[in-house]
Amino acid sequence: MTLLAVSDLTKRYRRGGKTIAAVDGVSFAVEPGETLALAGPSGSGKSTIARLVLRLIEPDAGNIQFEGDDFLTLNGAALRARRAHLQMVFQDPLAAFNPRATVARVLDDPLRIHAIASRAERPARIAALLERVGLTADLAPRAIHEISGGQRQRVAIARAIATNPSLIVLDEAVSALDVSVRGQILELLLDLQARERIAYLFISHDLGVVRAIAHRVVLLDAGRIAESGDARAVIDAPQSAIGKALVAAAPRLNRSSRQVP
Amino acid sequence: MSPLNRLLRRPEAVAGAFILAVLFAMALSASLLFPSDPQAIAGPALLPSFQDWSLPLGTDRLGRDVLAELFHGARTSLAVGLAAATAALFIGAVVGTLAGFAGGLVDEVLMRITDAFQTVPSFLLALAFVSVVGPSLGIVVAAIALGAWTGPARVARAEVLSIRERDYVAGARVIGMHPMAIAFREVLPNALPPVLALSSVIVAAAILTEAALSFLGLGDPNRVTWGGMIAEGRTVLRTAPFLSIVPGIALVLTVLGIYLAGEGVVETTAVRRSLS
Ligand SMILES: Nc1ncnc2c1ncn2[C@@H]1O[C@H](COP(=O)(O)OP(=O)(O)OP(=O)(O)O)[C@@H](O)[C@H]1O
Ligand SMILES: [Mg+2]
Repeated sequence: MTLLAVSDLTKRYRRGGKTIAAVDGVSFAVEPGETLALAGPSGSGKSTIARLVLRLIEPDAGNIQFEGDDFLTLNGAALRARRAHLQMVFQDPLAAFNPRATVARVLDDPLRIHAIASRAERPARIAALLERVGLTADLAPRAIHEISGGQRQRVAIARAIATNPSLIVLDEAVSALDVSVRGQILELLLDLQARERIAYLFISHDLGVVRAIAHRVVLLDAGRIAESGDARAVIDAPQSAIGKALVAAAPRLNRSSRQVP
Repeated sequence: MSPLNRLLRRPEAVAGAFILAVLFAMALSASLLFPSDPQAIAGPALLPSFQDWSLPLGTDRLGRDVLAELFHGARTSLAVGLAAATAALFIGAVVGTLAGFAGGLVDEVLMRITDAFQTVPSFLLALAFVSVVGPSLGIVVAAIALGAWTGPARVARAEVLSIRERDYVAGARVIGMHPMAIAFREVLPNALPPVLALSSVIVAAAILTEAALSFLGLGDPNRVTWGGMIAEGRTVLRTAPFLSIVPGIALVLTVLGIYLAGEGVVETTAVRRSLS
């Protein structure tokens, strides 16, 4: 069964009197356990699609099926309950957490809200989550702003997997990290996917990263799909103008595309 | 350098803190130093100051101890000022957070109500409220808070409008947090600093309003208040001006002290924030 099916998704914004379509009739599907990448230049509508899929904003037209249900008709308590299966990791891990929060509180919230563990069990669960993302349990009492950027993004991933989701949306989740940390986080994501069959909707403008982690890729241009298909096939031989431009603008990819695993 | 040290380097803040310390000491020691009812007759009427050292500031028209009244009045002023300001800040923060976070119709309705309260002069509002409901300490506090919550509500709303667009609010929605929990656990605490920066002005205004109400005879009749003392002294203003001047000076110093200390705290925290 298809996990996420998006069809004809459209979102328009009014800017200075005229209406622009940030997302214009976009359709794609994500299968369980797979990574679908959304790539495209700045302003092509990637983040808008992420926010639409997460129901953080409402579309002007289109359909979203998630786990076989019409996701757009879910509301209130039913929507909040279903959110356990659909999580997100943001680009800036510092902005993604309440500035007053501690690591423990950040991880405690989803466990409490979705009644995944009793109050007495939660500290052990939090420790287990931290270990699953390669951190140690002694980080729990620390304030979010007291840990490193890489640690913070691991905590964000721990929070996302706390509710055993079937899909995680990652909007530029590794773009703000320096190169060595980026590699570690990508490995963590691949490892989690292999073990728990989590699907990723992976948003990135870095085609090198996309090629390394995604099974399939959708290239966006000005809110429309320019090209889509197997990630390596598309990136190694782009057909669309925007695909060619994006590949040409990725120097790391050009020089080392033959060595990327 | 600790915030306290930085605060102590500002002379006006030190002066304000000193006045506040004296005021709190007076309020806290009132029933220790003057255990008997300050409204009871303590000596001959209209005894001038500095004549009888058991009654250093003399007595008023009814023979009550002016110093004891001053101490007990400090207690009323502080209690009413702090309680009314706390209530106003609380109501304002809650209303502003709800309006800013919910948006749409809720925002529209709450802000029209805020407008309505803001259009009526707060002193008239308090006056009308106490005249209708009757004077007691709780009612006076409520009446003052009624006219003082609109400022905090506007500041809180403006702050919430910017906070609600942050990623961590989206993150709270993504993990399925209830909107009310997001508003009051995630957003409100982060919107508080600019709201709390208003507190010194609100406390000072509340103390003045309380004094004005008491001056008009609308204070709690069972409590000594500075406003009531000034009103009392007015009838013998020519022969014993001291009776109005002493509580008047106390009032002015108190408001000044609160204002200076409050400004000092806001300035030092602002400096600290801009440094970090
Ligand atoms: N709230 C909004 N109001 C008006 N216009 C918006 C809003 N959000 C997005 N847009 C517009 O929609 C378009 C798509 O924006 P979006 O953030 O989805 O792009 P993106 O692909 O994520 O870009 P980037 O790579 O820079 O993050 C842009 O033109 C943007 O200006
Ligand atoms: Mg984006």
